[in-house]
Amino acid sequence: MNENTPPLLELKAVSRRFEHSLDAAAKLAKLLGGKVLSQTVHAVNDVSLAISPGEVVGLVGESGCGKSTLGRLAIGLLPLSEGERYWRGKPISGLAGAEKKAQQLRTQMIFQDPYASLNPRMRVVDIVGEAPVTHGLISRKQQAEYVSEQLNRVGLSGQVLRRFPHQFSGGQRARIGIARALAVNPEFLVCDESVAALDVSIQAQVINLFLDLRSQLNLTYLFISHDLSVVEHISDRIVIMYLGRVVETGSVQELYADPNHPYTQALLSGIGKIVPKKRTFVPIKGEIPSPLSPPSGCHFHPRCPHVMPLRNSEVPALREIAPGRQSACHLNTTGSA
Amino acid sequence: MTTPLLEVTGLQTHFHTKAGVVRAVQDVSFSLRKGEILGLVGESGSGKSMTGYSLMGLIDPPGRIVGGSMKLAGQELRGLSAEAMRKLRGNRMAMVFQDPMMTLNPVLRVDTQMIEAITAHAPVNRDAALKRAREALVKVGIPAPDERLRSYPYQFSGGMRQRVAIAIALLNQPDLIIADEPTTALDVTIQGQILYEMQRLASETGAALIWITHDLSVVAGLADRICVMYAGRIVEQGTTEDVLTRPSHPYTQGLLDSVPSRNQRGTKLKQIPGMTPSLLELPPGCPFRERCSRASSECGVNPEPRMVDDTLQDEPHTVRCHHPLRHEVLA
Repeated sequence: MNENTPPLLELKAVSRRFEHSLDAAAKLAKLLGGKVLSQTVHAVNDVSLAISPGEVVGLVGESGCGKSTLGRLAIGLLPLSEGERYWRGKPISGLAGAEKKAQQLRTQMIFQDPYASLNPRMRVVDIVGEAPVTHGLISRKQQAEYVSEQLNRVGLSGQVLRRFPHQFSGGQRARIGIARALAVNPEFLVCDESVAALDVSIQAQVINLFLDLRSQLNLTYLFISHDLSVVEHISDRIVIMYLGRVVETGSVQELYADPNHPYTQALLSGIGKIVPKKRTFVPIKGEIPSPLSPPSGCHFHPRCPHVMPLRNSEVPALREIAPGRQSACHLNTTGSA
Repeated sequence: MTTPLLEVTGLQTHFHTKAGVVRAVQDVSFSLRKGEILGLVGESGSGKSMTGYSLMGLIDPPGRIVGGSMKLAGQELRGLSAEAMRKLRGNRMAMVFQDPMMTLNPVLRVDTQMIEAITAHAPVNRDAALKRAREALVKVGIPAPDERLRSYPYQFSGGMRQRVAIAIALLNQPDLIIADEPTTALDVTIQGQILYEMQRLASETGAALIWITHDLSVVAGLADRICVMYAGRIVEQGTTEDVLTRPSHPYTQGLLDSVPSRNQRGTKLKQIPGMTPSLLELPPGCPFRERCSRASSECGVNPEPRMVDDTLQDEPHTVRCHHPLRHEVLA
């Protein structure tokens, strides 16, 4: 990787909080002296992430860990509570007007649910063609031809232009979602669980499509998934999140060969490898705590097999443990295991 | 050989819709021994859930079991009256469903639901039933069972709810548990916990288990035997090791090849072309032939199950294919 080129997209210390504001009844109760507090969820907490051009970063975590929120923050679908985003080294908040719009078009998202993310009352020609016409990339006259080119690229026939989403199978809908995102010629794609809803044989087809498009169009992906085997296959670098924080990052080979953080180790022990041998499933104890009241110190400590007294109070910092690898675990600083 | 706990032969479940007949389950045969774990694997629409529902007598019109037989410990289930079936369900055979939120009644406390499941099948008083319910919760690893008994389903997390559903299935010590994708809706670490509990419970109670799933990696570590379903048929069946290391049907091979962890990282996955055919008025012949690289004119005739060469006498490995793959070198 060239050291001089700035990362395509960089997130610096971004956080996102969701506040549950009080409704009228709660406000009244508060006025009358009741103990009512507004609740805050730290969905994403102080996350920094740099993605180089052409790189595929896999973002892994269980439900509620903030991975989808981080994806939405990355492309500006949600405003940041704190932190700053940089596009090719320039702060995005400093962009305005045409420059801002151009940047926004460079980043696109492919959503999780191929059923809910397509408007059931729109025809394919409009689903895929609306954005490029609106943004003046093509004229309305060119729309039909342009859309059928886009559809061909994702492996659909150009003859389906007039159809509605319900006339397609799950795998075809996923392809339409991809065609829609690619129609405005983006450079950076956030794929949020884009293959999770698909059957194994169809999933393989869509993963292959992602790989093809990456090499054809030189795309950069932030690939969000809970499926470690899919992420391992497609990514160059992995980011593991737990309750709003990044707990470990590293290149795919190193992270899978030698996971450092106990949470990563736990995730990888349950990975979907097909070993036709009866094995004892070794469960990790406990459940994911509520993000409304996360545990103090290291968020993982109530479930951690290596928990020690120190870790209950301090938040472990994300430290470099090897070139290009970071982990947030007190074991790395105290040196005992 | 002793009589198997469950023997299914030539099961056919069809749905008579306005658009035509959907043959959801077509000539399905398998058997299950006491304490055995059978993995029923297939993609959506392959008929794996409908096979489970047929066994439990849960097929509603327009669906109907039109052929075959299902014998539980020698007793024919097909044609049993609704009342007789109700006595078996939840008692000698139980089912755990995919979505634990949908299977528990949201407006009844957990203890009410569990006691109902006990008293429906045995003349026990409330206290004895409550004690058994508490024991079942402890068995599936739920902490603070007394408190949890008085809770409503919404007060549980997804993983805990699935544990409650499993506890209810276990209440009457069934001989057979049918689990329909019970871990699909759960997170990876929670999935590991549920698999661990199920594995432990199956060996402790000696119940036979049918595990319905689309995830080969789950059954690989869990099941004794695997049935692979495609378009309503069992296309391959055998021991887990036979099916996964020496797959004979091109579809099984294709499924295994499309799993990312079996491929070189970053390379294109070996994919199965095309998609699952509609079960509505499926043309005769092998349903996989349109997607199969080995298909020939012979495949216009529906293949009957046949033994694979490597078969041992007591552990049959069968395949429904005219051109099965052969594995000369044993892995």
